[in-house]
Amino acid sequence: MARRIAIVSAMDVATETAPQAAVRGPRWDGRFTVLILFLPPALLLFTLFVVLPIGEAAWYSTFNWNGFGRPTNWIGFDNYRFVLETRAFWLALRNNGLIIAVSLAIQLPLALTLALMLAERFRGAVALRMLFFMPYILAEIATGLIFSFVYDGDYGLVASIWRTFGAEPPHLLASTDTAMLAVLIVIVWKYFGFHMMLFIAALQGLDKSLVEAARIDGATRTQTLRHVVVPLLYPTIRLSVFFAIIGSLQLFDLVMPLTRGGPADSSNTMVSFLYNNGISRMRVGYGSAIGVILFVICVTFAFTYKRWFMRDE
Amino acid sequence: MRLLGKLGLAAAACLLGVNWAAADTTVKWLHIEANPAQVKIWEEVARSYEASHPGTKVEMQFLENEAYKAKLPTILQSKDRPNIIYSWAGGVLKAQIEAGVLDDITDQVKGYSDGLTPAALAAFTSNGRIYGLPTALSQVGFLCNKELMAKAKVDPAGIKSWDDLLAAVKTLKAAGVTPIVVGGADKWPLHFYWTHLAVRIGGKPAFDAALRGENGGFAGETFQKSGELFKQLVDLQPFQNGFLGFKNPQAVGYFGDGKAAMTLAISTVYHLQRALAADKAGLSEDKICWFDFPVVAGGKGAPTDTLGGITGWLITKGSPKEAVDFLKYFVSKDVQTKLAAGNFIIPVVQGADAGLNNSFMKLIAANLAKSNYHQNFYDQSLGPSVGRVVNDVTAEIAGGSMSPQDAAKAIEAAWKQGN
Repeated sequence: MARRIAIVSAMDVATETAPQAAVRGPRWDGRFTVLILFLPPALLLFTLFVVLPIGEAAWYSTFNWNGFGRPTNWIGFDNYRFVLETRAFWLALRNNGLIIAVSLAIQLPLALTLALMLAERFRGAVALRMLFFMPYILAEIATGLIFSFVYDGDYGLVASIWRTFGAEPPHLLASTDTAMLAVLIVIVWKYFGFHMMLFIAALQGLDKSLVEAARIDGATRTQTLRHVVVPLLYPTIRLSVFFAIIGSLQLFDLVMPLTRGGPADSSNTMVSFLYNNGISRMRVGYGSAIGVILFVICVTFAFTYKRWFMRDE
Repeated sequence: MRLLGKLGLAAAACLLGVNWAAADTTVKWLHIEANPAQVKIWEEVARSYEASHPGTKVEMQFLENEAYKAKLPTILQSKDRPNIIYSWAGGVLKAQIEAGVLDDITDQVKGYSDGLTPAALAAFTSNGRIYGLPTALSQVGFLCNKELMAKAKVDPAGIKSWDDLLAAVKTLKAAGVTPIVVGGADKWPLHFYWTHLAVRIGGKPAFDAALRGENGGFAGETFQKSGELFKQLVDLQPFQNGFLGFKNPQAVGYFGDGKAAMTLAISTVYHLQRALAADKAGLSEDKICWFDFPVVAGGKGAPTDTLGGITGWLITKGSPKEAVDFLKYFVSKDVQTKLAAGNFIIPVVQGADAGLNNSFMKLIAANLAKSNYHQNFYDQSLGPSVGRVVNDVTAEIAGGSMSPQDAAKAIEAAWKQGN
């Protein structure tokens, strides 16, 4: 660990002194041309499709607007007050928190365990990897639709399983207690394959000599895993956590076909709450306010996370 | 080079041909009809219009109910907008008129509009200007399954008051029959109970007063009592298992499969349950019964008051005059009589109800004719935002997660917020 810190500090020093040398050198002209050629298209796309809509959303959120024509009824920050007063907003926030918690506590360990088992080349490893990755390939709307049939209390797969045990099958998606749970199960099922593949790629790129060195020193398999392999995976784990959290904050496609936000808003996520209460009700200003709040949460998380956990990247 | 020249000529000829074909006017017609039998008749009407009016094409587009409501504001402001759109009138129509996305067709339907039921036409008129034409009226009431009712020895004709209904539910449950089926996931089937109770308890005066903000508006006594009576029903657990997860088409199919004794639904379900039942046959005429929503003791509403829809079609801004022409053709006496004969609609053209050949449809038509107060669905008449709040809170009362008092307060708060 100390050696790593030393190397990193050395690199920092090197990069700090580099630009000064580069400005004076003849190589600066070549790089300038490349900059001028490649930056504008990227900037244009980014501005048009990211910065402008965010600005517009912030602008619309100060109006009481039903989506027709131009907004004319300025109400300041009232929309934000309405949002914070809506019970459904806090439920949606809680649900997003639940999804993040489940992703970090269940999905990622599951993916890591499977990755550790499937990273080596043994017979059938590739087939198993494919099998576990397939849920991720399935379109989210299709997944939601399929699971809404699976969870059906009269004709679904869950109902048949319950009946073989002789009990009255529950309607999981119709109860405020179990709807969110049902959604969480689908989320874990859908995305663990993606994280597993990330970990497998990282494991296959590991420096084998370190593992061998540990083995020679007499470490058991568990000790090797705990003290050598997993620490070497930290960068990938941090990346996975980042993807998981950002993805959880934006979850929408799975919720709509399953429960549309669930009985009494119990399975709403922030985005489905935005869609149901903002767009569907022709309250575009209100919906924009929710969007801006979500944006602030995402940006705060992204920058804080990068600053604290991904300092070395 | 010569080959290139020939290819060029061919391409030019193709383009010219395409240009000639494009001289046809296209009337784009967006609908939400899920009943294939009715769509078939509409297509026949469209084709016969095209035959008698060469140079006009009628293009039908379909969107499912919820998707239609969500997509409409965006479509109406795009260049490719449809010319004829479906409407439930009410507050959504008001918002559309204010936004200026509809065409004023008063002059184009002068003289013609006199042949329509005045109450129906009034729903599509604002400040004396007409923006579309109504095509159908409907009534909300209880459809029942004769066999299941007989099995539990409940007489539908004997259910006159709210207490009678509660007693009937208890008897049905004791006999092992599912009393009521409802599509709770869509929420609006649940709001029928609450709003019809409000119609029975307070009648037209209460609704008008609430709109003006008098007597506590929608948080007032009438609406609190509606919630309380609805809760009485909910506490008996009358609905099918998992009702909060059933979408409306699923619930209608459930009734058509003969699995529940009653359902509070729009009269069109009489026909729809046949298409949505698992065997595509549903309950035949002799197996279905109907009774009007029961009265509430001490209620100020008249027993003849009805809750239901006045549905029709609107013409969007910038539509070709062929669109209005086609709409007049569609809402003409001939077509309305044909649709009435097929038992699809209660017609709005005076005299077309002679085409009704079914005793059930005649009963509904008579009910509507008798009614002095026909309340449009609350979730339509109160506008897109407050309407959905009504749906939400009634679903929450049904799920047991909100008290009737809080429900009424929530509706009043949403009404104030929007106004």
